[in-house]
Amino acid sequence: MGKTLAEKVWDAHIVHQASGEPDLLFIDLHLVHEVTSPQAFDGLRAANRKVRRPDLTVLTEDHNVPTQDIDKPIADLVSRAQVDALRNNAKEFGLKIFSLGSIDQGIVHVVGPQLGLTQPGMTVVCGDSHTSTHGAFGALAFGIGTSEVEHVLATQTLPLKPFKTMAITVNGKLPQGSTAKDIILAVIAKISTGGGLGYVLEYRGEAIRALSMEGRMTICNMSIEAGARAGMIAPDETTFEYIKGRPHAPVEKDWDDAISYWKTLKTDDDAKFDAEVIIDASTLTPFVTWGTNPGQGVSIDGVVPDPNSFTNPTEKTAAERALVYMDLKAGTKMRDIKVDTVFLGSCTNGRIEDLRVAAAILKGKKVASSVRMMVVPGSAKVAIQAEHEGLPAIFKAAGADWRSAGCSMCLGMNPDKLKPGERAASTSNRNYEGRQGPGGRTHLVSPLVAAATAITGHLSTPDEIK
Amino acid sequence: MEKFVTHTGSALPLRRSNVDTDQIIPAEYLKRITRHGFEDALFKAWREDPEFVLNKPEYKNATVLVAGPEFGTGSSREHAVWALMDYGFKVVLSSRYADIFRGNSGKAGLLTAEVSQDIIDKIWSLVEKEPNTQITVDLEKKQVTAGDLVAQFQIDDYVRWRLMEGLDDIGLTLRHESKITEFEKSRPSFKPATL
Repeated sequence: MGKTLAEKVWDAHIVHQASGEPDLLFIDLHLVHEVTSPQAFDGLRAANRKVRRPDLTVLTEDHNVPTQDIDKPIADLVSRAQVDALRNNAKEFGLKIFSLGSIDQGIVHVVGPQLGLTQPGMTVVCGDSHTSTHGAFGALAFGIGTSEVEHVLATQTLPLKPFKTMAITVNGKLPQGSTAKDIILAVIAKISTGGGLGYVLEYRGEAIRALSMEGRMTICNMSIEAGARAGMIAPDETTFEYIKGRPHAPVEKDWDDAISYWKTLKTDDDAKFDAEVIIDASTLTPFVTWGTNPGQGVSIDGVVPDPNSFTNPTEKTAAERALVYMDLKAGTKMRDIKVDTVFLGSCTNGRIEDLRVAAAILKGKKVASSVRMMVVPGSAKVAIQAEHEGLPAIFKAAGADWRSAGCSMCLGMNPDKLKPGERAASTSNRNYEGRQGPGGRTHLVSPLVAAATAITGHLSTPDEIK
Repeated sequence: MEKFVTHTGSALPLRRSNVDTDQIIPAEYLKRITRHGFEDALFKAWREDPEFVLNKPEYKNATVLVAGPEFGTGSSREHAVWALMDYGFKVVLSSRYADIFRGNSGKAGLLTAEVSQDIIDKIWSLVEKEPNTQITVDLEKKQVTAGDLVAQFQIDDYVRWRLMEGLDDIGLTLRHESKITEFEKSRPSFKPATL
């Protein structure tokens, strides 16, 4: 019997295999950031261990760094201490680091691909659940905890139990106005936040093939929001074209060898998935969330659901709690929900393509006076590219705030936060209670919906903008 | 890591599903660079409500957390496990755990025992009526006992063995160091390096 893509990559990395034990897998790339690593480096020091492969490790500052005044010392002393710890660990263990102010600094999941460090068939890990992003290249990429970060630093391997595999086939063509974000929000709403537990998801089908690498990254990024540790897309010409010429892309004979290998990285026709889900892209309208987990989503043309409409008692109770927290009434049209903040950015939607489509809508328009809009590029390089294309000028002229690169308002651990009771349309990945700041309320949306919403002040699609 | 064989203590009934790690410990508290001292941050936002179950004096000494399905979803932060352990929890009971949270628990020494939602419902009712009910979680027998209720729980055999022996994962892996070295020699030259 043939193998799935995930099985091929898994099998190619087995260092040790024995019955009754997890497989020991080699890790090709370890991405590290300031938040989930200090205790891991402490562990190495305590055991007098070194980093086994500094050449397969890279550090960046992203989670708690400010997105303005980055030329000044970090004002929050606790944040500064954590960033300093990362810098000191880089120095002590001889590791490459992209610090605030470096041209390569940015959100860890934007930095890896833009440098060409993320390539098909690799195993990629990071102490961050959105590591699933890198699966867009046909890599097996997943988030790990701090103990595992220490384990990878010390051994460049991880003991892992094999995942099950799930095919998510997205057939047809996306309608105008719908995006990769809407596909993944629809997938999560369909299979629920626990539907992917224990699985690697493989996204396939016509609508996935038609996506750019940025779109594919958006989809794989949110696999974790369906409970799956990893999501993957088989590499193709779009992938190769994206990688070619990047700083760490193979060259000359290595490029040819790599391409030959990468072309084998697809699920065999006779391979069997443990589960399959089919979605029709042609019927997908923009999706937005109404609740406090990413599975609580609905078409923007829909209404806030009535908790009594859920037959499962757990889902019903969760919906009741969510409506109280979100201060929403069942039956309210999603398009009637007013927001006071719009956040465009994050490892989900902070790439150049996301900024381009939002700028195209905001060009010559104004952000509603009741709304503050924050635009945060995913990396310093994305910011530079945006400058080159004149995008910051468009955002600023519209009245939006243009910031420096970082995780920013995706999670409330840097100065960019919602105040209690504030409501945001956000292109990020999590609408949990308090995720964007204590008491803050989040509606997850695509960059197109974010830009249109900024102009109207309520959840909107671009076709509403004259 | 301390060996875990059996534990007896009172329980905290957390009647919520989909408890994500942002609720277990908000991001604000992840700036600390120590591995301990996170007990004050556990369920920080929910603790603002005096009616939240963790604030009730009858559950003050609970060491077994009994939670709804899909516990520990979202962020990979191991701080969620540390916060639970720093607060005094030794065991979590749930019908379903998020993968990364369960993995982190196994590494840090927090037992995540899986039982059906039916058993969770029964334990909830029991400890809501009698908060002092002693719950025994026996890892050797893979059994949970609460009053008259006796149930088997699920846990990965390898994780169970590691917890019972109190073994450090890195030490276990380094037994295979020569195989790692061998593997490294066979890696294709086109794979990228960061330095």
